[in-house]
Amino acid sequence: MAAISLHHYLVLSAIVFSIGVIGVLIRRNLIVNLMSIELMLNAVNLTFIAFSHTLDSMAGQVMVFFVMAVAAAEAVIGLAIIIAVFRHRQSLDPQEMQLLKW
Amino acid sequence: MTTANVMTLEVLRWIVLLPLLACLVNLVLGARLGKRGAGLLACAAVGASFAISLYVFSLLPASGAFGDTLYTWIDSGSLQVKVAFRVDALTAVMLLVVTGIGFLIHIYSLGYMGHDEGMVRFFIYLNLFIFFMLVLVMGDNLLLLFVGWEGVGLCSYLLIGYWYRDHQNAIAGNKAFIVNRIGDFGFVLGILLLVTELGRQGMWTLDFVELQKHAGLLSPDKILLITLLLFIGACGKSAQIPLFVWLPDAMAGPTPVSALIHAATMVTAGVYMTARLHFLFSLAPLTLSLIALIGAATAFFAATVALTQTDIKRVLAYSTVSQLGYMFLAVGVGAYSAAIFHLFTHAFFKACLFLGCGSVIHSMGGEQDMRKMGGLKLYLPTTYWTYVIATLAICGVPFTAGFFSKDLILWQVFSSAHGSRGLWGLGWLTAGMTAFYMFRQLFMVFHGSCRGDAHQRAHLHESPSVMTVPLLLLAVGSIFTGWLGAPEYLWGSRWEPWLQPVFGGTHDAHHGHLVDELVLMVLTLAIVGLGIGIAYVSYCRGGKTPERLSAISGGAPYRVLLNKYYVDELYDFLLVRPFTLCSRWLAEVFDRRVIDGAVNGVAHSARALSSLWRTMQTGNVQHYLVGFLAGTLALLAFYLGQQ
Repeated sequence: MAAISLHHYLVLSAIVFSIGVIGVLIRRNLIVNLMSIELMLNAVNLTFIAFSHTLDSMAGQVMVFFVMAVAAAEAVIGLAIIIAVFRHRQSLDPQEMQLLKW
Repeated sequence: MTTANVMTLEVLRWIVLLPLLACLVNLVLGARLGKRGAGLLACAAVGASFAISLYVFSLLPASGAFGDTLYTWIDSGSLQVKVAFRVDALTAVMLLVVTGIGFLIHIYSLGYMGHDEGMVRFFIYLNLFIFFMLVLVMGDNLLLLFVGWEGVGLCSYLLIGYWYRDHQNAIAGNKAFIVNRIGDFGFVLGILLLVTELGRQGMWTLDFVELQKHAGLLSPDKILLITLLLFIGACGKSAQIPLFVWLPDAMAGPTPVSALIHAATMVTAGVYMTARLHFLFSLAPLTLSLIALIGAATAFFAATVALTQTDIKRVLAYSTVSQLGYMFLAVGVGAYSAAIFHLFTHAFFKACLFLGCGSVIHSMGGEQDMRKMGGLKLYLPTTYWTYVIATLAICGVPFTAGFFSKDLILWQVFSSAHGSRGLWGLGWLTAGMTAFYMFRQLFMVFHGSCRGDAHQRAHLHESPSVMTVPLLLLAVGSIFTGWLGAPEYLWGSRWEPWLQPVFGGTHDAHHGHLVDELVLMVLTLAIVGLGIGIAYVSYCRGGKTPERLSAISGGAPYRVLLNKYYVDELYDFLLVRPFTLCSRWLAEVFDRRVIDGAVNGVAHSARALSSLWRTMQTGNVQHYLVGFLAGTLALLAFYLGQQ
């Protein structure tokens, strides 16, 4: 069995990222959208770690800690907004939130 | 030649500035001063100007000038224009006319306008007028003259429409202003052409003395063009054919205004301007011939119109146009000092006539139709006698002012190298008609029995002395001012030597035979006597001459004269109506369709375009994200493709 190379990590990361993108674009639930964004962030994290390991550099891992901190903050604020929106509209469908236009 | 020895005399500026100061004080404090206070202040300012003018006049040497420079107005390269005043013999004459007669008319207005609620406003305008008129006659350069020229036009407009609540008056004011604009347009073009042409020769100047020195640099055809353009300006201001139509309508203003602006001073500005620029006009014989022709034609036609008018002020208005024609006739034959002499005497007797006419109107309660007057000599003796004197003067009865000035003009027209017998004939006929229409007016107004209604008859009264004293003074002037310019066969002229330094040898005064001069004088007196005689028989003895004359060829000539040759109608048809139609088309079709259409079209197309674009903005976050993704991918593809 061949060893798992950097190439594999990158392909996996791309797949996960694409799933996240598609989730953000087509799902009709704000919570799922938020989860998809987390998915994209973690795909990026995976790339960082893979490169960090391959290049034997700590910079990638430091970056991942930053991303995780930001993602946590983002999740908190995002969920708070989602709850506020839900209380207001009894719905989480982003298609129904179209007031901000001409 | 205009002399070089100009002495500085700082008091000159106060002649000009005092009326302006009074005007400003009345403008700010007029309501507080009250009608009487404002009027007295205005009179005092003009009186002081008159006193200073007399003082300056007494100092003025035989050939010299006083100058007073306030500041440099324009300093552009080699062109320098100063706000400077200059008094030479010609200006001194104008100065005395403007301030002297202006002063008398100011005093008269105290009485005449006493019951008018807008009296403060009236005196503000009147003082402003005096200020601009003084700038006009005292300015030492063409630009300052032009400032005064436009200023008096403005005051004329303001005062014609003084009783602005009557729409007719406002229209008359507009007419005066617009017709004057046409003349002024020519005037401005003339000034600009003169300055640029001289500038092309390396002389950038507007100063009269400098202009006179360098007038020879101009080519003859340029001088012709310049003088023609300047003469258009003079035509407008001095009501000559074809721009005379505004003056009769200008009688809508208060009568003192008619006397001051539309008889004695402003309308003579054109004559003054041509006299001031005589060195240019003398270089353009063709223009001079044209001026003589237009002057004679104006004198003649205006006199024929005056024969039939029934409005007391309109008769005098046409008479003014006619007398101005005489002045231009004199200018046209190169007899500048004769023109200024007639201007001088005319100012006295015409102001006297207008003020007398104002006294009559005042007494008749605003009535201006001569057919409703008559027999007034019993009720207004002072007005009557001054009116008689002024009438005699304008007719040219011997030893009145008009006799000397008119005869001088007719003699010059006959004897001068530029004159001709035809022109003299026109002037001669005009003298006869003048006598007829003036005595017709005198008889209709003052003789016979009063034809007014009972109310008017009950209120007939002589005017207060504040009005009759100016009348008396002007009547005295109507006789004695003429004595200054007596012909050689009497005691000789003091006038010609006085103006000689200004006009120089532009014409040699006495080069005809004494016998010719006497014969012409007798001929003129004969036709004047004939005119007076016809008027007497027709309007005093109840003769049938007017009816018979007016019935000639079915009354057609009479109707033509009564309707002033239909000139107003002609202008209305040829100019006013097409212009109004064109303006209306522009306002209602062109402006709405094309101008508004273009503006609205731009707005509409922007809106149509943006309504396409705005469909992009759905408000749906996911749609935006698709765009975001597409953009990112495109950028990525671009950079990857570059490597």
